[in-house]
Amino acid sequence: MTTAISAHDWSNLIQTDRVHGSLYTDEQVFQQELEKIWYRTWVYVGHVSEVPNANDFALKSIGPQSVIMTRDRDGQINLLLNRCPHRGNQVCLEHRGNRGSFTCPYHGWTFANNGNLRGFPFAAGYEGADRSQLGMSKVARVGIYQGFVFGSMAEEGSSLEEHLGAARAALDALVMTSPEGEVEITAGFLQHKAKSNWKFLVENETDGYHPQFVHASIFDVASSGIGDLYSADSTAVARDMGDGHTEIDLRPEFRRIGKPMGWFGTTEERVPEYVAKMRAAYGEEKANQIMIDGTPHIMIFPNLFIAEIQIFVIQAVAVDETVQHVTALQFKGAPDLNRRLRQQTMGSVGPAGFLLADDSEMYERTQRGVNTRSPEWNYLGRGLARERRDADGFLIGDATDEVTTRGIWAHYRSLMEAQ
Amino acid sequence: MSETITSELALVNEISQFLFLEARLQDTHEYDEWEALWTSDGVYWVPANGDDIDPETQMSIIYDNRSRISLRIKQFHTGKRHTQSPRSRLGRVLSNVEIIETSGNEIRVAANAMVFESNLRAETVWCTRNEYLLRREAVGLRMARKKVVLVNNDKALYTLSFLI
Repeated sequence: MTTAISAHDWSNLIQTDRVHGSLYTDEQVFQQELEKIWYRTWVYVGHVSEVPNANDFALKSIGPQSVIMTRDRDGQINLLLNRCPHRGNQVCLEHRGNRGSFTCPYHGWTFANNGNLRGFPFAAGYEGADRSQLGMSKVARVGIYQGFVFGSMAEEGSSLEEHLGAARAALDALVMTSPEGEVEITAGFLQHKAKSNWKFLVENETDGYHPQFVHASIFDVASSGIGDLYSADSTAVARDMGDGHTEIDLRPEFRRIGKPMGWFGTTEERVPEYVAKMRAAYGEEKANQIMIDGTPHIMIFPNLFIAEIQIFVIQAVAVDETVQHVTALQFKGAPDLNRRLRQQTMGSVGPAGFLLADDSEMYERTQRGVNTRSPEWNYLGRGLARERRDADGFLIGDATDEVTTRGIWAHYRSLMEAQ
Repeated sequence: MSETITSELALVNEISQFLFLEARLQDTHEYDEWEALWTSDGVYWVPANGDDIDPETQMSIIYDNRSRISLRIKQFHTGKRHTQSPRSRLGRVLSNVEIIETSGNEIRVAANAMVFESNLRAETVWCTRNEYLLRREAVGLRMARKKVVLVNNDKALYTLSFLI
């Protein structure tokens, strides 16, 4: 492994305006990403609303690792690695449920839902064994921000708040789209698999250049205003928020148009109950601003993409295989909006989605394409000559510029170079 | 043969021929002819995560009302539906045709299908348990509801962009 690490010259493979194709195809690169990104940094795992009650659990993942997210009887969220410390069997096979303990089917070892060993059958055979050392492994650090649960397998490192950085403001804005200030994840996930490297997905989420081309078919027939947001004339902004997080900030366009609920392609008259609740909760002026600005379009590195009306959780499975777990955002206290969010999400995403089936087609074709020997590099120079800094000091560009992709790679390089 | 048996056989045959027609139109991407098989209130449903989720509250792979079925077809016709350019090459076998219930002008039917898909990515086999609500209209049998339960719908699936 040492040889492999020293064999990669990251500063050569990742340059300002180009990245090397092998970063998407090299098995050794993938193995190092697991160690340096997926099993070290903060990774999004799940949402507290998926385990609302004491003893609820949901089966989740961190990259290829199976992780059980539990809420124990004290209300604490735990992330347990799904492996029996006895002989390595998978302890939990259900997608979700409610149980105070997990019993391994192989030899009957039982664990509390905080991972502690409760007991094993025929205990006399374990005389002298230290039970405190025989619990299930836990993800070292669990962090929760606005209900979004992240895990880091590293014992030490930056706090979740530091990791999220500027993305915190986006999550703060997101939850305020609910009249009760909370997002819920309750509609179940579609699991969409692509024969592609995970980084193609991360890049694509805030690539404002592709929608007009990849999604032309649905823009043509669905009288959607989405296409215009990503036109060359759009006032929307592509932003490198630092720490690998990137966004397409659509607010300038929505503010220019200035219509509450315009971000959702509807009008306030069509969701009167929601609009009334928002005004009651936040006051006329603030509510109007929230309903004009809409929700973020942000890629929180490495695996949480909030796409206005839905979330994607990106799961790296292998160097050339990635699963997108996607579901509609649900805003607490907004049933009329939530129904529309589910319907629009179902139409757009997943294996048969009007949008995502075409994105995934590109992911897979690109994966095959970069196996072609020449020109070796992917060129990421769009907007380099016109990128600029906003009032907060972040690099921004036009909506179709690759300032976002460059930001992702600069952060990636810093993680891969770290010891 | 008694008249009852004769008429039952005739019904099974009529329904089977209708389902085989639907299967062929899907295999050969004859979108408009396929769309014409729907009633005006048709619902096309491909659930995720099990056989009997509530599609009104939980995510489905497809949950199209009649206007969304029409939108799906229009998207194919743009010629820019990349995931179907080139089109999937398809061959399906439909079997186990079973009449579940006849009620007035409506017939509930079950059938299984195995679909072989070849596209740019690979060759994929899809296996489904289908349920249909057929309605007898002036023009003949039409689909008022088609539910397609992929047997592996609780797992991650590759893109499914042809008509299943």
